[in-house]
Amino acid sequence: MSAEEIKKTEKQVEATRGETTRGMPSFIPPVDVYEDKSSITVVADMPGVNKNGVSIDIKDDQLKILGKVEAPAPHETALRREYETGNYYRQFTIAAELIDLDKITAKMADGVLTLTLPKAEKALPRRIEVTSE
Amino acid sequence: MALLQWRESIDPFRELDSLRTAVDRVFGDYRWRTGMSRGIFPALNISENKDNLYLRAEIPGINPKDIDITATPDSITIRGERRPAGVGKEVNYHQREREFGSFNRIIGMPCQVNPDKISASYKDGILTVVLPKAEQAKPKQIEIKTA
Repeated sequence: MSAEEIKKTEKQVEATRGETTRGMPSFIPPVDVYEDKSSITVVADMPGVNKNGVSIDIKDDQLKILGKVEAPAPHETALRREYETGNYYRQFTIAAELIDLDKITAKMADGVLTLTLPKAEKALPRRIEVTSE
Repeated sequence: MALLQWRESIDPFRELDSLRTAVDRVFGDYRWRTGMSRGIFPALNISENKDNLYLRAEIPGINPKDIDITATPDSITIRGERRPAGVGKEVNYHQREREFGSFNRIIGMPCQVNPDKISASYKDGILTVVLPKAEQAKPKQIEIKTA
């Protein structure tokens, strides 16, 4: 195959929010963040999460992404474990006033979250009418 | 356990060999079970029940057509390519952490499987391969006869 070989990266455990009661680890999903003229896009790898398991929260300039995975398959004996299963959590500081919060869109497909944050229209320069008495 | 015993004539190579066998016995199985041989994409979890082996791999955001699976009775090969989604040219990156590229991994099975009956599915970024165990590898219930 001509393409460069993909690098295997360990899942990063997210520990800032403390332990979970379920005893399941929480992971930091790898993300791509890119920007074009009209929007900022956040793409996060969260395998095992379907669209019902994603919650996105913006409050006080904090963008929080939470991805919940379903419980692993029962009635099976594990023979080899190279990756652990757990929820995903990641938090970003954004300038919320520069984003059109009403037009944010999120898409979850094949374990990848694509979050599009359209930029707010720049405040037009205000024209001040001068009235004469 | 005494790994080295003093004898009249020590054959150092034989002693070394028995030491290696002892270490392999302790760690070999452990390494297999915990997957210490990490480093090759994708990471795999393997589990079993009475009839099947289940192999799961986290490969988010791939077109299932770009995954190629081949199997023999005692090994499975998973190869493919994860391609980045096309983004416009007028794009500037703030962060770029997601990995793309090709992968090619072979893994030995812990028991014989029936390669003709293997099935694979892809959902929410997780590849699941179901490998039915070969008849001779399935556990047999032994009936205890009473006199």
